[in-house]
Amino acid sequence: MAQFILHKENTRGHANHGWLNAHHSFSFANYYNPERMHFGVLRVLNDDLIDGGMGFGSHPHDNMEIITIPLAGAIAHQDSMGNSAVIKSGEIQVMSAGTGVSHSEHNALEDKQLNLLQIWLFPNKKNVTPRYDQQTLDLEARHNNFQQILSPSADDAGVWIQQDAWFSLGKFDEGFETEYEIKKAGNGVYAFVISGEVTINGQLLSKRDGLGIWDTDRIGFQANSADAEVLLMDIPMEIN
Amino acid sequence: MQTTILYVGRDKEITIVMNRLLNARPEWKGICVCNDDEAILIFKTKEIDLILLGNGIDQNSEENLKKSFLEIKSTVKIIQHYGGGSGLLYGEIMTAMT
Repeated sequence: MAQFILHKENTRGHANHGWLNAHHSFSFANYYNPERMHFGVLRVLNDDLIDGGMGFGSHPHDNMEIITIPLAGAIAHQDSMGNSAVIKSGEIQVMSAGTGVSHSEHNALEDKQLNLLQIWLFPNKKNVTPRYDQQTLDLEARHNNFQQILSPSADDAGVWIQQDAWFSLGKFDEGFETEYEIKKAGNGVYAFVISGEVTINGQLLSKRDGLGIWDTDRIGFQANSADAEVLLMDIPMEIN
Repeated sequence: MQTTILYVGRDKEITIVMNRLLNARPEWKGICVCNDDEAILIFKTKEIDLILLGNGIDQNSEENLKKSFLEIKSTVKIIQHYGGGSGLLYGEIMTAMT
């Protein structure tokens, strides 16, 4: 029988640094909740609002798969691999930190707030060569459909990472119903509601709620509002 | 009470950052090195509460380090540090020490 854990929006960790207003679904920085350390290999889900022109100076990472999804605005990225890019809403960026990489991230716009999701997954292999990629997504393809935006394979849709994980984004009309089939036995799904209201496996979810589901091979989904937008993260439940 | 933490990683830049982060909190004292022999020597001569294994340590080195540390002090806590920065550090140390 499917098991689940519900993380309501108002139970997330919160840190307001002025230029950065961050909500943490899992323990991060000074927010520590032993009940919120990770869901499977999903270790970080940060919902950041960053003021115009502001951002994070150069800092290192290692052995983590870091996925950035701008929801509004654009982020300027520079890293020690020589990559320099702007990632806009409607795009996705991935960085396999592996043996170690430094990068900086800033709001690329001076006059508009940036809202992004930053997601960290434990990798399935340590100390890989660091890698960077970004991709523009076809926004039409997610209308009433879970559009795959990330996978473990370079030959599959979306960007790829060093983990047996699949991410999908969908934007749904009110009343639309569907099922999502989990890609790999042993994986669970963490659903994060970007906007609107939905029901997943009988659980009513609102904007920025998260629901983790495991011990099942599929989940039932229904959109309860016209602007329902959801990110599904299909991820291993065991950390390698 | 201060927790003394020994960090071992390969990337020099990350090691410098880790040293800054670990010594930024009064409740922690951090010693950060890139070399296994140096790490074992420090562990022999100082009272270490927690070991963080960081980036770039291959499986052989990891096994040798763990074996060496546990032979010297069987109760020492050894954990993997992921991420290379401040984001996960506090949670990892809190989880290990409570």
